[in-house]
Amino acid sequence: MTAEQIALTVDAKGLSCPMPIVKTAQAIKQVESGALIEVLSTDAGSVRDFDAWSRSTGNPMVESSVDGTVYRFVIRKK
Amino acid sequence: MSDQLSIVLFSGTDDRLQAAAVLTAGAAATGRPVHVFLQYWAVDAFRRDRIDLDHGASPEAGVAGRAAMAALRAAGQSSWKEVFQQAKDIGEVTIQGCSLTMDLFHIEHDDLDPIVDGIEGVASFMFAAGEGQIVFI
Repeated sequence: MTAEQIALTVDAKGLSCPMPIVKTAQAIKQVESGALIEVLSTDAGSVRDFDAWSRSTGNPMVESSVDGTVYRFVIRKK
Repeated sequence: MSDQLSIVLFSGTDDRLQAAAVLTAGAAATGRPVHVFLQYWAVDAFRRDRIDLDHGASPEAGVAGRAAMAALRAAGQSSWKEVFQQAKDIGEVTIQGCSLTMDLFHIEHDDLDPIVDGIEGVASFMFAAGEGQIVFI
């Protein structure tokens, strides 16, 4: 668990592709460079989608975990 | 721009329009510019007085497919228009109407929903597409 503060949480639980990454792309615009955002998703394609999104956009993935049916990604805005 | 995704959107049924919207939003979310060129039945679907109507499904959907689509709508899935709008909010997306289609069907720019940014011809579209990928839906 990161000790650093999460600037914004994107609750994408229950949303299907492409909404989790669309909402994350919207959210990342609202925080400052260096800030952390947290995304919660239940979409099965999330792990690969967020890995790809992180690599395409250059916003590093700090944590990627799953708790039951909920995936949690912590991403730092570059 | 070689990472630009160019989509020729020819279809006018809700399933294909949704597929095009999802591809557009996904590319926009990853920072790729998207250029959508509406032809034929897609231009008709984007008419301001028709854009919110039911555009049905492709023949391969069948009865079961149409029922599945209705169930998704009832469960609150965003419409393709909403997905295109969100794509425009997060990235560089332009939606252009094909001038030939508009001539053939006597459609004016004003007849189209404001989500359509402009009208262009095939040469302009091809030039903009450059060496990037072109997808036909």
